[in-house]
Amino acid sequence: MLTTPPAKMLGTLLCLGLLLAATVSSLIFGHIPVSLAMLINSLTDYDPGSLEHLVIHSERFSRTVTSVVVGAGLAIAGALMQTLTRNPLASPGILGINAGAMFFVVVGATLFSLTSPSQLVWAAFIGAATAAVLVYFLGQEAGRGVSPVRTVLAGVAVTALFVSFAQGLLILNQDRFESILFWLAGSVSGRDLDAIAPLLPLFGGALILALLLSRQLNLLGLDDEVIRGLGLRVGQVRLLIGLVVIVLAGTSVAMAGLIGFVGLIVPHMARGLFGTDHRWLLPLSAIIGATLLLAADTLARLVIPPQEIPVGVMTALLGTPLFLHLARHVRKVS
Amino acid sequence: MSRTLILRSRKDRWSIKLNTRVLVVTGVLAVLLAVSSVLALTSGSHPTSVLEVLGTLTAPNQSELALIILEIRLPRILMAILVGAALGSAGMILQGLVRNPLASPDVIGITSGASAAAVLFLWLGGVTGTSLLLAPVAMGGAFVVALGITALAWQRGISPARLVLVGVGLAAGLTAVTTLLLVLSPDATAMNAYIWLTGSLYASQWHDVTALAPWLMVCWPLALIKLRHLDAQSMGEDMALGLGSALQGHRLLFLVLAVALAGSAVAYAGAVGFIGLIAPHMARRLVNSGHTGLLPIAALIGALILLYADWVGRVAFIPRDLPAGIFVAGIGAPFFVYLLYRLRRELG
Repeated sequence: MLTTPPAKMLGTLLCLGLLLAATVSSLIFGHIPVSLAMLINSLTDYDPGSLEHLVIHSERFSRTVTSVVVGAGLAIAGALMQTLTRNPLASPGILGINAGAMFFVVVGATLFSLTSPSQLVWAAFIGAATAAVLVYFLGQEAGRGVSPVRTVLAGVAVTALFVSFAQGLLILNQDRFESILFWLAGSVSGRDLDAIAPLLPLFGGALILALLLSRQLNLLGLDDEVIRGLGLRVGQVRLLIGLVVIVLAGTSVAMAGLIGFVGLIVPHMARGLFGTDHRWLLPLSAIIGATLLLAADTLARLVIPPQEIPVGVMTALLGTPLFLHLARHVRKVS
Repeated sequence: MSRTLILRSRKDRWSIKLNTRVLVVTGVLAVLLAVSSVLALTSGSHPTSVLEVLGTLTAPNQSELALIILEIRLPRILMAILVGAALGSAGMILQGLVRNPLASPDVIGITSGASAAAVLFLWLGGVTGTSLLLAPVAMGGAFVVALGITALAWQRGISPARLVLVGVGLAAGLTAVTTLLLVLSPDATAMNAYIWLTGSLYASQWHDVTALAPWLMVCWPLALIKLRHLDAQSMGEDMALGLGSALQGHRLLFLVLAVALAGSAVAYAGAVGFIGLIAPHMARRLVNSGHTGLLPIAALIGALILLYADWVGRVAFIPRDLPAGIFVAGIGAPFFVYLLYRLRRELG
């Protein structure tokens, strides 16, 4: 772990370098490879007649932006949830928040014919909030507060509930099979830059709010009585963090469907490298999350060309071993 | 209201404790199931009367009607009953084992194991889902995954909490594999696999019934004999050990029983969810008994749920035949929400 501020700064710079590398490779690799010179050329002197320029501008840009936003959003949401629930296994995917958002998005897309992400995102917020409230109430155990195993089980059960509803809709609307499978499997491709642009201010607001709450988040690790003694309004802070989580997870799902495990593994990586101080943890989670999703998406294009693996599948395959490791070492609680 | 009858052999070699309420509820549910089955036999795209059905069942003949009832509807209805009962009892055993009311074969990954194996098989062979090998492959998947869960959760014995968490993790990974295979498959295979994943009893045959039944006939009696050890475990590990129960050995046995029941059911009917989760709760609402008394009741309730779900899917949208799994989720989900609410009130 990096302990001194200069070491942390250096680590941050290194992570930013990796993010840059991942961004560039996300722009140049794919079905139609583009050289680095060509990429720079397309940025400075755009030529609509060139196939490579067209691919970069029409497809790869939006895809890269989506990956960065979704990766950062899910990672921060995961870090916030792990602090909020004091549960190392918490993440928007495991605790059913993504599934709730996904189901409401699918309902909006199939039954109400909403198409633009700026409309769907509100459906996603409602879904995420519904799932969060359900799981929060179910995760509590008599006299002992919130139990990790119980919360995880409640999250999984809520996920099962929403996924099976979405599958039912899928079978009833076979003509929309492709589009519903997109939400279920998770993908960062095929989103127009113009379509996701309206979501960015909301997303940015939630991000800034999370960063502003860093100090309060640091205190949440302590006992409730100690926190109150220090003069923190625990209830209000928890509620605010909950709202931030819902906005971040909801926007991510409205953009890219179900992408699991980013929110689970990234905070653990960031904590392992930079410690538990949220002033470092949150920004670093965002950087690592964006890098991870960019890398996973680039890899997903390259493994079995010309087909693409859904990026949600890639992240799940990367994340399962870590989850199993954590599960084996979680203290016996129930 | 509930009295306990105790049957003893002459020299106290054995004794059985019977709860009258358990007996009554079991009897009522069995009658309900029998009546529902006969009614389900009458409906379909070719409606028949109850008398005709009873006549055909008692004196089979070679008519077209007899063919429809005996070769098409009867095996399907029997499959619904067997699969539902297997899932209900598997859920009951798992919830007792893990001592958590939210555990079920689909939550801890057994169903995902069977699904992943089945979809892999469909993908490799490009087969249409009627292959005889599909069921054994799916069951194999369930057992391999259960083995994996046990191995990963084993640290000087099985701890229920670790078992659940490891199961949840493996289930998520396997779901990713399943989705990957679906995306890689051509559309027709993917749709076919998807219907299997939702759980459908469409085109069940007699050979499915005869292949599934033996599993259940082995598992149920064994479970009935051994389930009192689960009662001992529910009082805490120390109490169970003190009462002379082989704690880890019995945990392993119950896990195997639950996997065999759930795996065989999922293998023949696809990944029907929710029954394993809700049937045990309904059983507990009806009777207050140990696990031995709950087993037949949870099984009968599971059978009833799937029978009705399949009936609706078969008849309500003629000529379309919708997978029973959708309707199980339709019944299961509202009950599940109610259940969560109740659990919260009881515990909070």
